[in-house]
Parts: sequence; structure tokens; C-alpha cells
Amino acid sequence: MPAQVLTSVVDGLMLGFVYGVAAMGMTLIWGVMRVINLSHGPLIALGMFGTYFLFTGLGLNPYLGLLLIAVVGLVAGFVIYGVAVHRVINAPYLSSLLATFAVSMMIIGVGTAALSTSPFNVDFSLGSVAAGPLTIPGTRLMAAFAAVLVAGLLYLFLYRTKPGKAIRAVSNNRGAAELMGIPSSRVLALSFGIGTMLAGLAGGLIATFFPFTILSGETYQLKSFVIGVLGGLGNPIGALVGGLVLGLLEGIIPAFMPVSWVPVIEFALFVLVLLIRPTGLLGGRA
Amino acid sequence: MRKIAVLGLVLLVVSLTIVACGGAPAATQPGAAPAAGQAAAKTGGEKTVTIGFTTSQTGSANLESGRQTNGFKLWLDEINAKGGLKLADGTTLKFASKSYDDESKKDRVQELYTKLVNDDKADFLISPYSSGLADAVAVIAEQYGRVMITAGASSDSTHDKGYSLVYMSYTPASRYLTGALDLLAKLDPNAKKVAIINEKDKFSTDVVTAAKAYAEGKGYQIVTFEGYDTGATDFAPYINKIPAGVDAVIGGGHFADGSTFARQLLEKGIKAKFIALLVAPPEPKFAELGDAALGVIGPSQWEPLAKYSAEGAKAAGVEYYGPKLEDFVTEYKGKYTEEPSYHAAGGYAAGLLLQKAIETAGSTDTQKVKAALDKMDLMTFFGRTKFDTSEKTHGLQLGHDMVYIQWQKGADGKLTKQVVWPEAGKSASALYPAR
Repeated sequence: MPAQVLTSVVDGLMLGFVYGVAAMGMTLIWGVMRVINLSHGPLIALGMFGTYFLFTGLGLNPYLGLLLIAVVGLVAGFVIYGVAVHRVINAPYLSSLLATFAVSMMIIGVGTAALSTSPFNVDFSLGSVAAGPLTIPGTRLMAAFAAVLVAGLLYLFLYRTKPGKAIRAVSNNRGAAELMGIPSSRVLALSFGIGTMLAGLAGGLIATFFPFTILSGETYQLKSFVIGVLGGLGNPIGALVGGLVLGLLEGIIPAFMPVSWVPVIEFALFVLVLLIRPTGLLGGRA
Repeated sequence: MRKIAVLGLVLLVVSLTIVACGGAPAATQPGAAPAAGQAAAKTGGEKTVTIGFTTSQTGSANLESGRQTNGFKLWLDEINAKGGLKLADGTTLKFASKSYDDESKKDRVQELYTKLVNDDKADFLISPYSSGLADAVAVIAEQYGRVMITAGASSDSTHDKGYSLVYMSYTPASRYLTGALDLLAKLDPNAKKVAIINEKDKFSTDVVTAAKAYAEGKGYQIVTFEGYDTGATDFAPYINKIPAGVDAVIGGGHFADGSTFARQLLEKGIKAKFIALLVAPPEPKFAELGDAALGVIGPSQWEPLAKYSAEGAKAAGVEYYGPKLEDFVTEYKGKYTEEPSYHAAGGYAAGLLLQKAIETAGSTDTQKVKAALDKMDLMTFFGRTKFDTSEKTHGLQLGHDMVYIQWQKGADGKLTKQVVWPEAGKSASALYPAR
């Protein structure tokens, strides 16, 4: 039993890091522009297919492929922002929510037509690392490392660079930031680009160990909401912590009860956090 | 703050709805066969027997049903090319078929089978493909007093409704994995611990519930019994529940989840000596898993590799009937330019079983043919056939065994599929321990 708990905890944490990256993208967009990005899930799925085509088609190492996915994700984010979100940015939440929902439907529609909904698999293996009772697949270990790296870079970007500080300023008070001469539209576009990039990266990492279809992103989008609320919506570091908490729960609950109890406990916790501490565990943007 | 909380809840509901609507990938269930009717018209010493059935020319079961019909048509062409079937009284029977497109839909088949009996005067019926469709038409066969052979259908429950004229040619779902346990018992009498992890759909649940009861009856200890949702991709929580020192892991569901499960079993370093999964392993694509496929066993209704033969029948003490397995494979390939799947073999076998029953009965009379089917115990290229004649589960297949394939390394180091069970049909000995 202790060995099983240890294995479950480690497995959960590994996955938690990746959940964290997925949630960071969503919570950043919410924090900066108050947009509920319902295209987040399909964008994660596109990241998965990015890894698949770069690896299967071009033989590119999946981790090198992530660099390309990041660039494409950033650009795609700009485009989606410009086409679908910019015009409704000052409208009530429902407008931008529907706009991103439309983007989501378009991606899923085209994706289903072109890629069907049969599962794809990236046939890539790094073997497994064994230590005592633990056996960790190499791809999951790498994904956790990559997730930590991405989170670290995002933190440095937000706190140590000018565009990052501008994002935080706009997030804090858009009107005041504009008065200080910060071009808020560009900052918003950049934030959406980074959010999309993070979705793509999370998808790219997940694709190295789970099979996927164009619909697979929905699960992670749903988890991103829960994680966002857990960690505090609008707080990227909170998202990483929230991801770890969720991963840990998913790992450890099955050690003591049937696996089907996982969502019950997860969502009970979600409601509990909303009731008791609506700003999230680490405090979000109020 | 309150707004955010409310919004969060709304979002959750929206997302859940989207996920629910996204739906799980359609599961392919083991299926059904076309139905034949027998219409005999006397023309002196020659009669024509009409066999009626529907085929899914369109809809979800199109591929499997098409293959089943191909198999049946091959039988039909061959028997007529030989000049028909000569009965003991000197009458020569020629066979004709009548079929319609059932669009893979349950609501159409009852009407179509009624039409086959009443308008097309079908003498015998063969079921449509898939358990659901076959189940729906069974009542029509019974009502109109026509013998029906079901092919491509494996649901046990069709045969607990008191039908007396419906005969199942496939191995029922309840025995999909029991043969694997027999194999395990033979390979390693000391094996005790079995972990069962399966998809939570009806088919897989039925299979493992039966397998669990069977295993416990044989003295195995079930150390894990867990079901996962259709569409699951992360099996780590389930694999972590498999205790060290497990002897066998059985379960699975369909292709996507089964192959992922096999892959993660290897990645997580599970050292099970015996792994048997539903549906996925017999698919050629399963070999793409590489090392994760090695040693994995899977049940199939039939495989071209199986070695059912006259000698095997003799050893089992039953009659061998019909073409040799190699001849069936060659003829099928010649006609349809592809390797026959078990669906195709099932279609041919349905015709063949009917042929044998009519031959034994020496007549096309329903009651006489029924009596012949009740007494039938023989082997064909498709395996053994014997029907349950008890009142409660009449027509259930008792003789036919699943064929168990295992992925093994060939002389060239490449993965190849071998039939390892049953004894009478095996092409190689099982690799044990698998890992």
C-alpha cells in the first residue's frame, strides 16, 4: 500500500504540471482581458496534432517540435484575437464567450471533417525510469520538466520584462495603463497570443503520452476551469499550483477508492472553493 | 467576486454539456450475420431454397456486415456451382438468396424480415450483422416459424427469451475471455492472482462479469476489478491498483483504449506473465505498439491462421464438415482480393451450417431441420459448432470457442500474430511468461 500511494502521488504530480500549463493559458487570458476562452480546449487539441504531424510527418523530435508549436500558437492567438475577440472586448462577458465558442466550433468542425474522431497516437517513447517501487515513463518526466520550464519562463516574462509588466499593468487596471501610454490593444493581443501558445504547448506535451482526437481538448479545458478556480482565476502561478493539486487528487483518490469517485471529489472541491474562498487558494485578481 | 463564482459555475455546466455532447467514440460491437430464408419450389427432382437476410449496405456496420455477406455469397456460389445439394431421397436443392439494405438500423429489420418471409417466401433466415439487429429479428423468425442462423451476433440474452428456431453460430459474449483463463490454467497451474480492468460499456462489462465468475469458480483470486469510462486515455490510476506479484491482467474494451492500456502497462513496468485484452489485439494495427504488443493475447471469433482440420475434429471425436480452412481462405481471397476477417468466415459458416442441417434432415421442412440443428455437433473451418437445446437458453452456441491470438516475435524479430488457443486450432505455443 505505501508503494502504491507513492506511485500514485508521483503520477499525479507529473500530470499536474501539464494540467498547470494548460490552465495557465486560460487563466492568463481571463485575468488580463476578462474573456472566458472557450476555444481553449480545441487549441489544446491542435497542439496535440501539431506534435503528431511534426513527429510523424517530418520526423521532428516532439520537444523540438514544441518550439515551432509555440511560435505558431502565438501567431494563431494574435489572429484569433484580431478576428474574433477584439471587437467584443468591451462588450458584456457573454459576447466574448460566444465569440470564442464560435471559434471553438469552427476548429472542431473543420478538425472533425479533416481528421475524423478516431484516435491518433504519437509513437514516441523515452523508455521508463525505475527507482525503487516507482516506474515513471520518460515522456511524462520530460513533460513535467517542460511544464516547469514553461511556468518559470512565463514568470520571468511577466515580472522581468517590459511587455510582461505591461500585461500585468493592463490586467490590473486597463484605463490607468492606457493613461500611462501602454498600448492596451497590443498588450491584449499579446496576452491572447501567449494564452494560445500555452494551450498549444500543453497539448503538444500531452500528445507524447496519451492518444487524442480533435475532441480531446475539452477534458483539459474543463480541468482548466477547475484549476483556475482552485488557484485563483487570473493568477498564472496559482494555476500551476491548482494543476498540481488536481493531479495529486487524481493520483491519490484511486489508491483508496474506486476510480469513478475522482470527478465526484474533484467537483465537490470545486464548489467548496467557490463557496468558501472564491478568490482561489492563492488569491486571484478580484 | 460573487459574479466570478456564478460565472464559474455557469462555465462548468457549459463545459460539461460540451463534453457530454462531444460523445464517446462509437464502439464497435461484435456483430451479426445476414439472414437467409429458405423457399423451396418443386421442379421435378430439383428444388430451389431461398435464404433471406438483410445486409448493412449503409450505416455504421457497413464494413463488417458487407464482409459477412461476402462470406455468405461465396458459400452460395460454391454450393450452386457444385450442382447444388443432393438429398438422400434424390432431390437436388439449389440455393437462392434474397436480401435488403437494413441501413444498420434496428427499427428497419423487423419490417424487412417480415417482408422476406411473407413476400419473398424465404425458407430459411440468416440474421443481420450485430447483436442488436439480430436480437430484433429473432422474434420475427420465431413468429413466422423460420429457422434462423445468427452470425455476427454474440449477445447471450437473445437466447434467454424462449426462442426455439434461432441458432447462434458465434461464441457468446460471456465466453470471450473464459478461454483465456483456461489457457492460463494450462500454462501455469500456480498462477493465482488476476487483475481485471475493463471498459465500462455493456459488451465489455458483460464479458468481464462472466470472466470474473468463471475465474473465481476456478479458484483464481481477483486482485483488482475496475472499470474505466469509454474514451479513457490515462490508465495510470488503474495500473497503480494492480498489486505487485500479479499473474494475469485481463480486460480492455475496444481498439483505442485497449491499445493505450497495453502501451501504458509496458511503460509502467507491470510484469504480468499473462495479458489478455478484448477486441484490440487481433487488429493488425496493434503490432504498431512494438514491445507493448509482445505477448499480449486477444480473443477473436476466427482467424485465417487457425488450424481447424479433419485431424483436429477426429481428435475431438466429432465429424469435420465442409471445405478445408486453407481452401476457404484461398477462395475468399480469389473472389474478394482481401484476407477473410472473422465476419466473412462467419457469413460462410452460417450458410454451411444450414446446408449440413438440411442434408442431415433430408428435407427442407422447418421442424426436421430444427431437429438436425439440435443434434448437430461438428467441426468446420470456422471451428466447432454445438447448440444449447435446453428450454431456457435454446440455440445458444456451446461448441464454438474463441480463437486466442498472441503477438510473438518471429524468426526475423518482427511481431507476428499466432493462434495459441484452443489446442485444436493453435499455430504456435503460447509465449509464457509474456513479460
